[in-house]
Amino acid sequence: MGEERKGTASTQTVTRGKQPATGAKKERGILIPPAWQTLLLPVLAVFTGLVIGAIVIVITDAAVVATYRNFFRAPGTALAATWHTIATAYGALLYGSLGNPREVYEGMRLYLSTGDNTLFLRAIWPITESLVAATPYIFGGLAVALGFRCGLFNIGAEGQLGIGALAAAWVGYSITNLPALIHLPLALLAGALGGAIWAAIPGYLKAKTGAHEVVNTIMMNWISFRLSDWLLNGPMKAPGYRPITPNIEPTAALPRFFPPPIRFHAGFFLALIVAGIVYWFLFKTTLGFEIRTVGANPDAARYAGMSITRSIMLAMVLSGALAGLAGTSQVLGVDHWVGQGFTAGYGFDSIALALLGKSHPFGVVLASLLFGTLRSGATRMQSLAGIPIDIISIIQGLVIVFIAAPAIIRWLYRIRVERAEEVVLTRGWGK
Amino acid sequence: MATTAVRAQQKAFTLGRSQWLGIVFLIAGLLTFLFFGRGLEAGIKTKFGLNPGFASQAIPIPDLVLPTQPTIYAMVLIMLLLGVLQLVRGFRFADALLGVVALCFVFAFLTWAARGKSFNLVGMLGSSLVRATPIALAALCGIMCERSGVVNIAIEGIMLISAQVAVVVATVTKNLYAGLVAAILSGAIISAFHAAMAVSFKVDQIVSATAINIFATGATSFISARFLEKNTNLLNNSGTFRIISIPLLSKIPILGPIFFENGLIVYLMLILTVLVHILLFYTKWGLRVRAVGEHPRAADTLGINVYLVRYVSVILGGMIAGIGGAYFTIGSVGRFDEIMTAGKGFIGLAAMIFGKWAPFGAFASSILFGFADSLQIKLQILRVPIPSEFLLMAPYIVTMIVLTGVVGRAEPPAADGQPYEK
Repeated sequence: MGEERKGTASTQTVTRGKQPATGAKKERGILIPPAWQTLLLPVLAVFTGLVIGAIVIVITDAAVVATYRNFFRAPGTALAATWHTIATAYGALLYGSLGNPREVYEGMRLYLSTGDNTLFLRAIWPITESLVAATPYIFGGLAVALGFRCGLFNIGAEGQLGIGALAAAWVGYSITNLPALIHLPLALLAGALGGAIWAAIPGYLKAKTGAHEVVNTIMMNWISFRLSDWLLNGPMKAPGYRPITPNIEPTAALPRFFPPPIRFHAGFFLALIVAGIVYWFLFKTTLGFEIRTVGANPDAARYAGMSITRSIMLAMVLSGALAGLAGTSQVLGVDHWVGQGFTAGYGFDSIALALLGKSHPFGVVLASLLFGTLRSGATRMQSLAGIPIDIISIIQGLVIVFIAAPAIIRWLYRIRVERAEEVVLTRGWGK
Repeated sequence: MATTAVRAQQKAFTLGRSQWLGIVFLIAGLLTFLFFGRGLEAGIKTKFGLNPGFASQAIPIPDLVLPTQPTIYAMVLIMLLLGVLQLVRGFRFADALLGVVALCFVFAFLTWAARGKSFNLVGMLGSSLVRATPIALAALCGIMCERSGVVNIAIEGIMLISAQVAVVVATVTKNLYAGLVAAILSGAIISAFHAAMAVSFKVDQIVSATAINIFATGATSFISARFLEKNTNLLNNSGTFRIISIPLLSKIPILGPIFFENGLIVYLMLILTVLVHILLFYTKWGLRVRAVGEHPRAADTLGINVYLVRYVSVILGGMIAGIGGAYFTIGSVGRFDEIMTAGKGFIGLAAMIFGKWAPFGAFASSILFGFADSLQIKLQILRVPIPSEFLLMAPYIVTMIVLTGVVGRAEPPAADGQPYEK
């Protein structure tokens, strides 16, 4: 592994020096500098995922498949039906996630001239929903990305998110008569703390006993599911039949900027700020440097006198806090209560986002915006085109595969160049 | 409270692992005494049913009626005695002893929980085995993969997809065996993909497995929403394997109804546990698998094809997981529901670690996990004032403790999770 990384570095210097590698003549394809490849590969991965998603939509549509029985007699009908299905589906996806610019413009004009804002609000609703969906993704993606940077695979974002959400909700509904200026930060802090504590346990075990964090965070996930089942049916249950917490006090809610149907809240800006802080922490501070060094090469870090135990603990706790904030932003900004199955899939989605964003805070933000858009658009696609929302999970799985195995994408699009810098992920749990 | 006391002692004079265990035994004994032994009405009795609840081939035998308090005290005594002995001189088979103590604790707990009532022990042990089946199959898949050095946390996804394939194929062909074969094949295909990613593309194995899990959730829910929900009778209603009573053996009281009156997949699980054990530890192939998992370079030097061994092991593991997936549909309810595996693949992973990467160990821990699962249902019926959720947490907590190496150190294969570069 060490040798291979050294090799990678030398190839990069060669290509950066605008001197094509010597082996260039043997392979065919387009030569793209590594710096561009890091941008291009994720784009191509998402594109390919969408294309395969379209194929899945078509071949599971009985009406379209039926037209292919007569393909040789009427190829036009089959192709038109195919095109129509894809266009309807992805059109609904696009419309459901971004809205229509013309409607926004007309709504705006109407609002300015008459003061009637209903049209304007209806027009911007889709895009605000996308941002709402992206908010917990940003936090979650940052959580997993921070872990990756330290060589930790935090599969437990799901559990940390749930515990964070419960902690935030508890502070949100149990404390009353506090000014929002104190109550809201307190609830946010509680959420972050809940996630941090939940991650600290596997972090401590990893740092002290070497117990692998992947297994332990998976176990912590299941413990958290059982714990929240119990809390929601017992101590934290709201009066009534449903296993949900009471509504939080209005003073703990993240402020919203538009009247009711629009749920866009301040959590989105908080997420962007936190992404900036994570970037600053990872790349501009000593502690961040240590975390990255431990992730890239623990032996070198130890030799340089860095404390691996401290870095692992710190990275895990911060990762948990970010995951906790993901749940918190959803509770304080959108739902205002926590119910069973609250976390459903956020944790695994976060892994996808961290990978797609190449474990870079800004990359994670872009990836989250993309997947938030896809998720909220898919809801519309389900109602307009009748395509189950789960298609997004299929696309997500495919995107991870393409990101993790860039060789597939390079082969598909005939892209040459040895390989771009690869983020170090986990090491196996053997020694 | 107990742990701080232990830590304080640890600082005063260093405690070895065996003393540590002794203290754990003593604490278990004392807790049993404090919580279950005291404050019981005199003369109250616990009745353990030894005949299964269903119509069975087994020869009926009288139920076991025990006086509650003396039984609990007997268990407490055994625990304390073992604790003192362990503390003073230590045993070689400390882990086995731990098992005995755990058993005493559980038995004392059951005696307490069912005081003044009757409790069908055989019925519950039987349902433990049934509930353990998918967990054990998942664990066997994990063992096959990880012994060859490939981490596979995609078992959950593999089982989910093969569960769906099994029920659809079985319903369409009206043949359960066809469904089972299809499930095994789909398990093989998905794990072959995982093997290709892990072995050939050298992708991070956890990333690849996560992708498979996400894809599996999406794909099965998609197909479910698009096809199965509308055509339940045509696609998603297969019926299940009949209960097969093995002649003679099923007539044995207690053991008969637990082990020898089950569905096909339970038997397959029992057979596969033995088979995988023999394969791994008594055949040339098994030796190669373990060599590749421990030290691939050495294995390669000796002329073993590392890639081939890993591919075959992972695919075989996937086939076993495919059977595990089939259990969920054609083995138990005859219908596919979204995300019906509900984490059993991950619990199988825990069982594999708890069982120290060995088939029999994994089988035993799967039974334990299955037991916890059926116990919590039973306790709800008995109205025991312990939230069932906490009982369900126990297996995960135990796995984490085992991973720390305090109790029964678990060592994974040395090259587990590392891609091999030739």
